[in-house]
Amino acid sequence: MTPSAAKVDTESEAKRRFEKVQKIIEEYGTDESALIPILQKIQEEYRYLPEEILTFVATALDLPPATVYGVATFYAQFSLEPKGKHLIKCCDGTACHVRKNQPVINAIRQELGLKDGKKTTDDHRFTVEIVSCIGACALAPAIVIDDVVYGQMTPEKVREVLSQIESADNAEATK
Amino acid sequence: MTPIAPLKSPQDLEELKQKAISAIKACSTRILVCGGTGCMSNGAPAVFQAIKDELAKAGVPVRADIMSDEDEKAISLGYSGCPGFCQVGPIVRIFPADYFYVQVRPEDAKDIVEETVLNGKPVERLLFVKQDGQICKTRNEIPFYKNQVNVVLAECGVIEPGDIRDYIAHNGYRALAEALFGMTPEAVVDEVTKSGLRGRGGGGFPTGRKWAATQATQSPKKYIVCNADEGDPGAFMDESIMEGNPHAMLEGMIIAGYAVGADEGYIYVRAEYPLAIQRLRRAIAQAEEANLLGDNILGSPFSFHIHIKEGAGAFVCGEETALINSIEGRRGMPRPKPPFPAQAGLWGKPTVVNNVETFANVPKIILNGAEWFRSFGNEKSPGTKVFALTGAVVNTGLIEVPLGTTLGDVVFNIGGGIRTGKPFKAVQIGGPSGACLTKDHLDLPLDYDSLKSVGAMVGSGGLVVMDESTCMVEIARFFMQFTQKESCGKCVLCREGTKRMLEILEKIVSGRGRIEDLDLLEELAIAVRDGSLCGLGKSAPNPVLSTLKHFRDEYIAHIVDGVCPAGECEAFKSYTIIEEKCKGCGLCAKKCPVNAISGEIRKPFKIDKEACIKCGACVDACKFEAIMRA
Repeated sequence: MTPSAAKVDTESEAKRRFEKVQKIIEEYGTDESALIPILQKIQEEYRYLPEEILTFVATALDLPPATVYGVATFYAQFSLEPKGKHLIKCCDGTACHVRKNQPVINAIRQELGLKDGKKTTDDHRFTVEIVSCIGACALAPAIVIDDVVYGQMTPEKVREVLSQIESADNAEATK
Repeated sequence: MTPIAPLKSPQDLEELKQKAISAIKACSTRILVCGGTGCMSNGAPAVFQAIKDELAKAGVPVRADIMSDEDEKAISLGYSGCPGFCQVGPIVRIFPADYFYVQVRPEDAKDIVEETVLNGKPVERLLFVKQDGQICKTRNEIPFYKNQVNVVLAECGVIEPGDIRDYIAHNGYRALAEALFGMTPEAVVDEVTKSGLRGRGGGGFPTGRKWAATQATQSPKKYIVCNADEGDPGAFMDESIMEGNPHAMLEGMIIAGYAVGADEGYIYVRAEYPLAIQRLRRAIAQAEEANLLGDNILGSPFSFHIHIKEGAGAFVCGEETALINSIEGRRGMPRPKPPFPAQAGLWGKPTVVNNVETFANVPKIILNGAEWFRSFGNEKSPGTKVFALTGAVVNTGLIEVPLGTTLGDVVFNIGGGIRTGKPFKAVQIGGPSGACLTKDHLDLPLDYDSLKSVGAMVGSGGLVVMDESTCMVEIARFFMQFTQKESCGKCVLCREGTKRMLEILEKIVSGRGRIEDLDLLEELAIAVRDGSLCGLGKSAPNPVLSTLKHFRDEYIAHIVDGVCPAGECEAFKSYTIIEEKCKGCGLCAKKCPVNAISGEIRKPFKIDKEACIKCGACVDACKFEAIMRA
C-alpha cells in the first residue's frame, strides 16, 4: 500500500466514526443534560471514549472540552482506554467481600495473566473491573461477564466459566 | 399483550380492575417464576422454558397474558418480581394453592406439570423444609416470612410486573384516582405528613415536610425526582421494588406531582441495574397507554410525564444535590444547602427528591390512611422498612419488618442465625455510611432515632451479618477504601482525610501499625465528619468510629500483639510446610519470589519465616496441599 492510500483510508475511517457520533448527538439533542446519555451511547458503540470524539462532542454541544473531559473522567462507567471484547465485572460489595470474593478475583486475574494492576489482557479479549455492589448480594460472591450474572463463585467455578467463554470464542473463530 | 384502552375516568379504572380480578380468578392454575436479578442469574429462564415445554407436551393451553380468559382450560405462566428469599432460588409459586417451590431445576418441570397442574397436588420434594425437618407447603409457613410484615413488598412476587393490569387488579392506581378526584393537593400533603413517613433512602427526613416546602414555593415549573441510585454495597431493596412492582413507585411519583404541583418527573437509576431499567421502561409505556401517565390523567386536568436517566457509576450521586447535577449533565458533585431542592433544585426549580421505597409507600398511605400506616412501627418511625439481609446468616434475601423490630429478631428469627455455626459477631448496617452493631445491640430497635443514638443509621437498609471469621479492622478498611474511591473531591477534608485514614488502616492490617495511630485515626474521623459538605463525607468515618468503639481490642491485637484475632488478615498468617505431605518436588521453592523456601529434592522443604513475605504463592503452587496457612 502506498503512503497516500493509507492516509485516505484513515481519513475515511475517521469520517465514518464521526458520522456515527453525529447520529447519536442528533438522537439526544445538544442540551447540556444530554451529555451523559451521549457519552454512554458512544461508549456502548466503541467500548471506550476516544479522545478526538470527546472534542467533537464538546464542539457539538458548545461546551469547553475540559468540561466534557471532566464528566468523562468523573464517572466510573466511562473509560478513556479501549476495553476488551469481554467485560468481567467483579462485585466488591459488602456481602461479596464478607463471603470472600478476593480468592475469586485473584483466580480470574491469574487465569488471564493480568499482573500489576493491569485491567485488560494484551490480546484485548478480556477486561477485568472491580465494581461496587451489583445487587446480587444473595448470590455472593458474584461476578458479571458481558451482562450475565454468575453467582456463588469459587476459584474453580470461575476457571470453568472462563474456559467455556474461551472455547466458545475459538469455535466462533474457526467457523 | 392485548392493547389497553385509555382510561378516561375513575369508573373506567374500576371496570378494568373488576375485569382483571375475574380474569385472574377464572384461571385454574397460575404459575409464577421468580424474575428477580437473583433467580434470573440462578437459572430461572431455563426453568420457565422447561415448564412451558412440559405444558405443551401435556397439551395444557397457556394464556397469552393474564387477561386472555377465552379458553377456560388455559392456565397462566409468567414472571413475577422477587419474593425476597433469594437464598433458595429459583423460586416458583403456584396460585391459588400458594405452593412455594424452592431451588427448582428444569428437570422438575415435568413433575410440576403432572402433579400440581394436572392433579392439584404439591411436589413435596420442592417445598421448603424447616431446620426441624417439617415441610412448609405455603409461603407463610416458612419461618423467614412468618415474622415479616409486607406493605411495600406485599405485591412483589405475587403479581407480574410486566402487566399493568395485574397491578390494577391489586388496587393499583386507585390511590391516584382517589387523590385526583377526591382530594385537594393540600389534603394529599397533609395525609402524607400525618402518616409520619420518613425518607427510606438513608437520612430519614419527613417526606411530608419535603412535599409541603415544595408545594409552598411559587413556581410555574416544578419537578419530582426519584432517587433510584442505590449505591450502597450490600443493598438491593430498591432494585427489587423496581423489578417486582415498578408501578407502585410510578404511582407514588404521580401522586407527589399532583400534591406539589409538578408536571414532570425523573427517575435516576443506576446503570448497574439493567433488568430494573427494562421493567421501568415497560411500566412507563403501559401506564402511558392506559392514560395513567401523560396528559389529562384519567380524564382529569392533571398531566404528568416521567423520564428515565441512567447513572454512570458514581456513589456520590445518591446525594440529592449531586444527583441533580448529574441529571443536568455535570459532574455529580453536591451543592451547598440551602437552597434546598424544595426551593431551587433541578434547573433551579422547586424539586422533590425521594427514594424508590418512599414513593412506593405513598399509594398505600393514600388508600388506607395515615392512621393505618401509623399502626406499623413506632411513634417516631412509623411504617415498615425493607432490609437486605446478607452475609453470614442462614437465610439471606430481602425482608420487610415494622420499624422498631429488634436487631436480634431480624438476625435470629428471620435470618435463622449464623450459617457457619460460629458465634455471632456484628452486623454492619447502612453500608459505608453506617456502623457496626454488636451482640450488645441485639435488643436495639431498628428505627431512625434508636440507631442514631448509637452512632449508626438505617441508611438504605443493608444488613450484613458477620461471624467471628470477619476481622473488624479489615471491614473498616474495606469501607474506607470504598468511600475514599467514591469521594468526589470537592471538600478537602473528605478528599484528603479519607485517604490518610485509609493509609493508616492499611498499615494496621498489614502489621505495621503503631499504637498512636489510633488517636490520629479518631482525630481524622471527627475532622472529616465535621468538615464535609454532604452525607458521604459526614458519614464516611462511621465504620471507623464504631469499630474503634466496639472492637478497639481487635485494633490493639493487630498493633501490639501482632495477631489478627479473626484470622483473616494475610499479613498475620504464617506459612509452614507439613513434612508428612511434602513430596519434595521443589515447585514452591521455584515460585517463591524471595527465595525463602529451601530443601533437597525428594525431602521435605522448609520455609524461612524471617524471609517469608506471606504472599501465598507457595500455597497456590503446591499440588499436594502440603503448605499450611494459619
